[in-house]
Amino acid sequence: MNPLTGCLFVSALLFSIGLGGALTRRSAILVLIGIELMLNAANLNFIAFWRYGPHPEALTGILFVIFSIAIAAAEAAVGLALILSVYRHFKTTDLSRLDSMKG
Amino acid sequence: MTFLILAVMTLAGAITAMTLRRLVHCVLALAICFVGLAGLYLYLGAQFAGLVQMLVYVGAVVILIVFAILLTRSHEAPPQKKWTGLAGVCVSAAVFAVLAWAVIAGGAIQGIAGGQPQATMQQIGSALMGRFVLPLEVVGLLLTAALIGAVVIAMEEKQSAR
Amino acid sequence: MTQALDQIFVTLKHWAVAYFPAVLQPAVSILLSIAAVLVIFPTLFAVTTILERKGLARIQNRYGPNRVGPFGWLQPLADAVKSLTKEDIVPRSADKLVHFAAPLLLVVTAFLEYAVIPIGRNMVVADMDAGVLFFFAVSAAMELSIFMAGWSSRNKYSLLGAMRAVAQMISYEAPLILSSVAVAMTAGSLSTVTIVERQAGYSGIWPHWYVLTPWGLAGFVLFMVAATAESNRSPFDLPEGESEIIAGYFTEYSGFKFALFFLGEYLGMFAISGMAITLFLGGWSAPFSFLTWVPSWFWFFAKLLTLIAVFIWVRGTLPRLRMDQLMSFAWKFMLPMTLMVIFSAGLWRFLPGGVLRWVICAVPIAGLYVLLSSCMAESRRIQKRTYKFAE
Repeated sequence: MNPLTGCLFVSALLFSIGLGGALTRRSAILVLIGIELMLNAANLNFIAFWRYGPHPEALTGILFVIFSIAIAAAEAAVGLALILSVYRHFKTTDLSRLDSMKG
Repeated sequence: MTFLILAVMTLAGAITAMTLRRLVHCVLALAICFVGLAGLYLYLGAQFAGLVQMLVYVGAVVILIVFAILLTRSHEAPPQKKWTGLAGVCVSAAVFAVLAWAVIAGGAIQGIAGGQPQATMQQIGSALMGRFVLPLEVVGLLLTAALIGAVVIAMEEKQSAR
Repeated sequence: MTQALDQIFVTLKHWAVAYFPAVLQPAVSILLSIAAVLVIFPTLFAVTTILERKGLARIQNRYGPNRVGPFGWLQPLADAVKSLTKEDIVPRSADKLVHFAAPLLLVVTAFLEYAVIPIGRNMVVADMDAGVLFFFAVSAAMELSIFMAGWSSRNKYSLLGAMRAVAQMISYEAPLILSSVAVAMTAGSLSTVTIVERQAGYSGIWPHWYVLTPWGLAGFVLFMVAATAESNRSPFDLPEGESEIIAGYFTEYSGFKFALFFLGEYLGMFAISGMAITLFLGGWSAPFSFLTWVPSWFWFFAKLLTLIAVFIWVRGTLPRLRMDQLMSFAWKFMLPMTLMVIFSAGLWRFLPGGVLRWVICAVPIAGLYVLLSSCMAESRRIQKRTYKFAE
């Protein structure tokens, strides 16, 4: 088990935890947390391949991760704004109650 | 050894974040997970990525989620049916099995065991301003759009003048 | 001789490390540096508490504490004994783990910030390639501990204080980081050691400190204002103001944990002053070229004490800002000013030296300042009184 495989296993596990949580939890905020975990797992994958892959001097891995972090932050901001707006209308963040398109 | 500690911290934080009932505890566990990930990036030699992860994720995204929890008054996650947890674990296990199979059967992913690659600030700076200047500008525009969009969506409707 | 005095702590450390076998030497070297930080800055904290109380007292036309020891100088000892022996009350409905971990996290991040501040020539705990970024990343983690403290106390006032504190700290992080971007841009590096070395030259008797340039002066003032807000000190201490919200987010803490919070806040204040000194005031370099014989660490601590005195002075003089005034000040005044500072720093780099460069770089900053302050003054004009229900 070399270091690269170790990192890839951690990343895969993190991704599956995030996916399981995002699919099964009922609170909108927990779904968002799951999505953030999935994004972070992908970032870890990028850094692992940058470190142990060919051409690390091209810095592609690190720069991809930087852009991914920036985009994930923007997406979290917009997602949370949406959750706030939905809460204001439905008075709940429970996803199983958000079942009407009216209003 | 360091790698093992950081990996365990990250995974423990992630599992705790997805299973606890009180949302603020979930968010704090998520912060621990992010710190573990930043440690992993630093361990792998990507200094800039690790520090940006701390600054943006722990310093901003976690606080954003905390504000959202407090503003939507959802202090406890809604209760779930018994079988949902089991279904979640099954789905996670299945996905992990597929990914692990892909990693193992991917042939000789030995990884090129060269020395620690150099990623100084100078190199990252010149790469950002040289080869990656277009994505940089686009990300700037995207962040501006996201900022304005989030403010507009979350803004309270103005009451019409009485 | 002056060189030896300058490097005396470095030579002491090398001498102590040489006693250990070669395998352990790196670890011992790091441990000694950390021990130095752990000894110096809490001592400075103890001295600052008494200085602050006496300084504030004199500004307010009264004596400070003057019972314990000569002129009250042993007061920190009395405070330490009190905080160690007080009963540690934890509210019954408080969240025990988070309540316990919050002061710990605050103190840990506060100490971690000292790793990248160069205290003298060759005297830095960790010369990181991205030292400035590390500092800001760790201070972002500090905000989380304040939220944890406020939330875990299960007290409406604590929560309110914590939310205000976090909102304030996030808002003021933007001008803080952008002012240091101008410095990083000019110095060409994010490493604190490199930034100080770039400012260590002299032209005539004047040093090359960044504060002696127009954009550096504006940047320094903005950085200090943002640093006051980041440390939750007056006039930005609404989250912990005693007359407003009892004690804000540390209402429910008593005894040693309260002392830890106090320690963490003051250490954060010292660290951010240290960063201001590194970025703008030339770190450990002497103010005039004929004073370079004085050791470098002496200059660092002299500048640090001066900045602490300025913090105390401002606390005793200015009234507290209201939350909405605070937030609009950050977003509507300081952020545009820091963007103009970055622009002016760029101009400074590409213009030839001389008086003209000074004028050309100072004019945009001064112009924007006049514009923004007149805009902010507009909104403060007293408006016609309207009655909501009595029409």
